[in-house]
Amino acid sequence: MSKVLVVMEQKGDAGWHRISLEALAAGQKLAAELGVTCSAVVLGESAAIGPLASELATKKLDTAWSVDHALLANYTADGWVAVLQQLIAQEQPQYVVFPHTYQVRDYAPALATRLGQVLISDVTAIHAGPVFVRQWMQGKLNAEYAHKGAGVCLVSVQAGSFRADAVEAGSSEVKTFAPQIDAAQIRTKPSEPFREAAQTVDLSAAQVIVSVGRGIGEQENLGLVEELAAALGAELAASRPICDAGWLPMERQVGSSGQTVAPKLYLAVGISGAIQHLVGMKGAKTVIAINKDADAPIFEIADIGVVGDLFEVVPALTKAIRGAV
Amino acid sequence: MKIVVAVKQVPERDAAVRVAADGRSVDESDVAWMMNEPDAYALEEALQLKERDGEGEVIVLCAGPDRVTSTLREALAKGADRAIHVVTTDEGEGSLAARDTLGVAKLLAEAIKTESPDLVLTGLQSDDLGAGQTGVVVAELLGVPHATLVLQVERADAGIKVKRELEDGWFQHIEMPLPALLTIQSGGNKLRYATLMGIKKAKSKETRELAAVAAGARVDEVVKVALPERVKRTEMLTGSADEVATKIVEKLKFEVKIL
Ligand SMILES: Cc1cc2nc3c(=O)[nH]c(=O)nc-3n(C[C@H](O)[C@H](O)[C@H](O)COP(=O)(O)OP(=O)(O)OC[C@H]3O[C@@H](n4cnc5c(N)ncnc54)[C@H](O)[C@@H]3O)c2cc1C
Ligand SMILES: Nc1ncnc2c1ncn2[C@@H]1O[C@H](COP(=O)(O)O)[C@@H](O)[C@H]1O
Repeated sequence: MSKVLVVMEQKGDAGWHRISLEALAAGQKLAAELGVTCSAVVLGESAAIGPLASELATKKLDTAWSVDHALLANYTADGWVAVLQQLIAQEQPQYVVFPHTYQVRDYAPALATRLGQVLISDVTAIHAGPVFVRQWMQGKLNAEYAHKGAGVCLVSVQAGSFRADAVEAGSSEVKTFAPQIDAAQIRTKPSEPFREAAQTVDLSAAQVIVSVGRGIGEQENLGLVEELAAALGAELAASRPICDAGWLPMERQVGSSGQTVAPKLYLAVGISGAIQHLVGMKGAKTVIAINKDADAPIFEIADIGVVGDLFEVVPALTKAIRGAV
Repeated sequence: MKIVVAVKQVPERDAAVRVAADGRSVDESDVAWMMNEPDAYALEEALQLKERDGEGEVIVLCAGPDRVTSTLREALAKGADRAIHVVTTDEGEGSLAARDTLGVAKLLAEAIKTESPDLVLTGLQSDDLGAGQTGVVVAELLGVPHATLVLQVERADAGIKVKRELEDGWFQHIEMPLPALLTIQSGGNKLRYATLMGIKKAKSKETRELAAVAAGARVDEVVKVALPERVKRTEMLTGSADEVATKIVEKLKFEVKIL
């Protein structure tokens, strides 16, 4: 019988990775639409994943799989690929749903290759068929993908595309899967995650943020947004390319690999609105976007939008704010 | 160290994109092209590794139609030693679009096998398709270990040690033996520009053309491409810059209440 299997991800001992629950909701919904059962799996070392497997057993699932092995204590692509390939061979799911995390990016394409398949990655919606929607051109286009041929279909879902609170409760049985794996199969040696020296800028507490993107063009032009930020009493933040270029320090980067912010106002200047940026600022109460491209994805989440040249709009805005306060 | 860098040619960033008449692909008729940005960082890392070692070779590899030679030339001008162009047709059965990620990765892996490099670098993700997978799939096809989202590479006893980016500002070091494949994240280095001298030298550098193997059947199929529908209604402010500024200030005072 065809089934859906959701691969969960935990964050060390801090519980689920947020997107896992969204993937679980997506998997349950897909299974319901196809009229098949949904199961989920958590991988790791027994002590760490025991409570997580028990929690999965309180969801509406066929089986809560617990795959435990000492070699899974730390994540490695080789370990995860080998073990999931074995579970998939035993369980024969028709769909495997992953959260599109950095870890999934690291192993799921290799797993797909081993299965002779292709991962349909970073999916934002699932329509009847099933047809999987994913973004092209950094969100400027939506492309709909169908899986062809026999064999398992692998899909990863984008952060924020499905609702974690839509996960259906129920009760399921925890089953343990004992993988066959030995140390020689693991070719990489990971060390403990670390952070760079303590950050001196904490954007998470800022009430007003002016954030600048590549539309600013040159480092010399940054003064323009610095003046706007000063007039507003705002913190200055940036998209990744600005920090990559060294125009502003890394600690001012907002997004999946930078800071997550939730200010009252987020003023995005010359930022296109790629998903990796949006995940860091979607929690803002009000988003104002200034961008010369009316089709820029940032306008999909902005409350207030200005289609225009930032080199005209920003100085005018700075002047108007100075006049108002 | 012999390093192969896979670079992809993608539509220029600010290019206006239109859906092609078939409703399943991008209309490429007016598109200007550039090197995929993370791939420029991959090339930079390769060039710096070679410079640090004081020896070695950097070979750039791209699969695509004739247009991609401009991107390969740019890489040669920046300092790559030679290039490999896996030639596909512009459209139809032999094109890149006729292949899924596995199909494109096979093209690259076949070309890489002819070189037996110590290290293969790719970008972590392409700006057009955004699959974020091709590098890892190539590693699997080559049977070599990999690491993704890599910012820095250094030599270590048994091979290399890399710094990889995790989420939310975390990092991790990973060691692995060579040969290996790394997908490079942007920002690890500063990108160099091609010098006039470099551009001149590039003209005498070798580009080897390889015929693309026939595309197998795709595992996935693109059934439709469309402009996204707006989920939320953005209130668009119009007028001159000063008029817009006045309207924003009103909003900041009475709605957002931060002035
Ligand atoms: C794994 C991964 C992690 C990432 N992490 C992050 C992250 O943490 N944070 C992040 O920001 N990105 C991140 N990125 C990169 C992200 O995908 C985008 O590439 C990036 O956010 C784009 O930045 P941007 O909007 O400034 O630049 P662009 O996408 O180049 O957009 C520039 C915008 O400026 C507009 N513009 C140009 N000129 C003007 C003008 N004169 N006036 C007004 N508007 C103008 C253009 O219309 C365009 O919309 C990550 C990517 C990956 C793959
Ligand atoms: N046609 C191609 N030619 C050369 N390299 C490619 C090609 N397609 C993808 N790549 C490489 O694979 C990476 C990831 O692409 P993608 O899986 O499409 O996101 C890119 O950054 C390139 O380094």
